[in-house]
Amino acid sequence: MHASTTIAPTIQPVSIPVRELLPWAIFGSILMLIAIYFVGVEEGAAAVFNSMYVHEFVHDGRHLLGFPCH
Amino acid sequence: MVRSLLIRGMIAGFLASLLAFGFAKIVGEPQVDRAIAFEEQMEQAKSGGHEHDAMPELVSRDVQAGIGLFTGVGVFGTAVGGLFALVFAFAYGRVGTLHARATSALMALFGFVAFALVPFLKYPPNPPAVGDPGTIGSRTALFFTMIGLSLAALAIALFLARRLAARIGVWNASLIAGVVFLAIVLLAQWLLPEVNEIPDQFSAVLLWRFRMASFGIQAILWASLGVLFGSLVERLLEDRHGALRIS
Repeated sequence: MHASTTIAPTIQPVSIPVRELLPWAIFGSILMLIAIYFVGVEEGAAAVFNSMYVHEFVHDGRHLLGFPCH
Repeated sequence: MVRSLLIRGMIAGFLASLLAFGFAKIVGEPQVDRAIAFEEQMEQAKSGGHEHDAMPELVSRDVQAGIGLFTGVGVFGTAVGGLFALVFAFAYGRVGTLHARATSALMALFGFVAFALVPFLKYPPNPPAVGDPGTIGSRTALFFTMIGLSLAALAIALFLARRLAARIGVWNASLIAGVVFLAIVLLAQWLLPEVNEIPDQFSAVLLWRFRMASFGIQAILWASLGVLFGSLVERLLEDRHGALRIS
């Protein structure tokens, strides 16, 4: 018997079935992309709200994260 | 399982964004301030040295450089962490026999290259005073096109690596996939139009420092996300193996 097998039995990583993953992937990524949109784009190239408040508020973050700001 | 991964991804992303915020505050903010000072100088010169009537600021500089920056980086980091977790949920157990921490670290490296480094090289971040407001629409579209093409190149390269690995070994397959990724990215960067809207008098040193600060923020964000997420989910996934073996 090998010492290594008793100390650290090798476990094969088991993947998550796509069926279980899909609903989370769809709704989760939509939510995350909306968040990124508000930090990166809102009131710059496109706007949901008709003000400049969001743009001005995240202004420095937008520049430093590399999004085109204005 | 996916829910737990998603929550851990967002937590890891938020924690990573705290480090990135610290770096942004200390290294990035001075460059933003200098760029804004330059912008004001230019505006004054243009208006012929008049004391131009102070426009009421919607958000003060203090707020922008403080809680605004914190919110921006924090929300971005949390969202990237969430997306990272969802991709991880798919990748885990599907990239050879790589375990949780190694999968996470490798994914963070790929994510940094495809999502941050490649767009950075074609359309580098610009400080205030650089960029014509009239072209914000096309610049934003080009920026996201570059990210999209870069992610597509990564997907193609990974698919290729998987297909080839069985036949010619992981090392050779990875080399070929790397070359294919590079070729697609270079072709895309060559075909996409150049954007250069830097004012003639803008300091080259300031521009370099700003861009390096921006690069550092992304590097810190992705590196710490990869490490933190791997540590946070390792136990969770090991427990799952335990449960699977018992059942």
